[in-house]
Amino acid sequence: MREVAIVAAGMTRFGELWGASLRDLFVEAALDALAGAGADRLDSLYVGNMAGGQFVGQEHLGPLVADHMGMTGVAATRVESACASSGVALRMAFMEVASGFSDLVLAGGVEKMTDGADVAEVLATASDQETEVYHGVTFPALYAMIARAHMQAHGTTEEDMAWVSVKSHRHGAANPKAQFPRQVTLEQVLGSAMVSEPLRMLHCSPVSDGAAAVLLCPLEQAKRYTDRPVQILGSGMATGSLALADRDDIASLDAVRESAKRAYAMAEVGPEDVDVAEVHDCFSIAEICCIEALGFADEGQGASCARTGETALGGRMPVNTSGGLKSKGHPVGATGVAQAVEVFEQLRGESGERQVEGARIGLTQNMGGSGASSVVHIFKGV
Amino acid sequence: MPSPRYWREIPSRYRLEATKCSSCGKVTFPARKVCPGCRSRELGKLRLSRSGRVVTCTVVHVPPGDFLMHAPYALAIVETPEGARLMVQVADCDPAAVAPGMEVALEFRCIRKEGHGGILCYGYKGVPTPPAGAEEPPLAAGNDAAAEKPQPAATGTPEASHA
Repeated sequence: MREVAIVAAGMTRFGELWGASLRDLFVEAALDALAGAGADRLDSLYVGNMAGGQFVGQEHLGPLVADHMGMTGVAATRVESACASSGVALRMAFMEVASGFSDLVLAGGVEKMTDGADVAEVLATASDQETEVYHGVTFPALYAMIARAHMQAHGTTEEDMAWVSVKSHRHGAANPKAQFPRQVTLEQVLGSAMVSEPLRMLHCSPVSDGAAAVLLCPLEQAKRYTDRPVQILGSGMATGSLALADRDDIASLDAVRESAKRAYAMAEVGPEDVDVAEVHDCFSIAEICCIEALGFADEGQGASCARTGETALGGRMPVNTSGGLKSKGHPVGATGVAQAVEVFEQLRGESGERQVEGARIGLTQNMGGSGASSVVHIFKGV
Repeated sequence: MPSPRYWREIPSRYRLEATKCSSCGKVTFPARKVCPGCRSRELGKLRLSRSGRVVTCTVVHVPPGDFLMHAPYALAIVETPEGARLMVQVADCDPAAVAPGMEVALEFRCIRKEGHGGILCYGYKGVPTPPAGAEEPPLAAGNDAAAEKPQPAATGTPEASHA
């Protein structure tokens, strides 16, 4: 297997981007990545997208985006794993380059969520239609049930969860591409409208449009494109039961734990080696469960990390320096690659006010549904 | 939901049919072809008890379109005495009173109306079981509380009369 590097990254601003279509967004991010590497060709591309068919009535995204990038003819594949779609697209691109099948592959993701579709209903298709959606389940409801289980098992409080949102917005306030680049107070989070008890509006990531892309090649060819490549040390993916009721421990995201274990093993590093991480905080409780599953906090001990500043910039394990899904925005199919863009920039020392000093090893964790699919990547600046 | 799909799901929706693995004993709802515990294909049919205990729960304030008139409503994962877990709404009570550990009876109710034709879709909802010695269960603010009132009461919904 060949060593693989990311040599360039591109990303649109995240937000309600009414002036841009799905194809516009993808093309902007992809051309941004190609320009960053000075590359004018591709062997293939992967486009992560959860629900173009439902959000804008558009499927068959591979040829569409290749065509609009001016790359007609290139092999192009759409990848779907709900909100983990582009994390998995990155994994596919990594495998294609590592295997020696291709030398220059683009991994991107895009979602256009604000064109009028019923977003809650579209997102709910990532849960179990027969046993969950039938009874009126929404995604906030599923994560609220995970939150209740975590509170019951570990004594986690609403205030613990609110601190995660406060921390994310503090980071996101310094991210010019974030959908909500502004700080929120603990009181604002705890006083925001109830969505699904105990989760309030400011515990939930927003509805967003956006796209992100990274360009991969063999590490030994990386210097053709950049002086500061970022190597992908490991990739791990795992699945769990789609229906929340089928999990033995509802407060524990087992697919996240397993995907991390596989990525750590491949990268030959452990959680203590990671300097900066982007994790899938679709809801505040999700960040708490994910940092436990990734080994950044002991089981049941993730709740206090945002309050104590351990996961804040300057803390022992900075998490979601981009602002996370909460503040940066969550165009679901774009999120996994957008996380890689943040870590790519961190490991190149390009994150400005959000820079983690001396960051060398980075991690991204992207999950679909209520944690039924999870993909983890580990990166190293070289 | 197209009617063949609804018809296909009747064994689980109407009869709470689950499978019990003859190899490891795991009970899975709805019925499956392969045991998720041990991958055995030797599964026997089992009908679940009409009762259970709340494992975790929430109150939905922002519902999907089909449930707009139901909110706020309680959703819970309930474990039956056989060890199967299922997602249900918990009705006939103040949704905020639903909590982990609560005992519920599973009652056959109207769950939703689908499509322009308003096809009625049925299934089970949890209803709190009164603690020993208590009188009538409270009929205050629940979604189904208006079942016996002919006029559309503030807390009731058209669906409630079928519940």
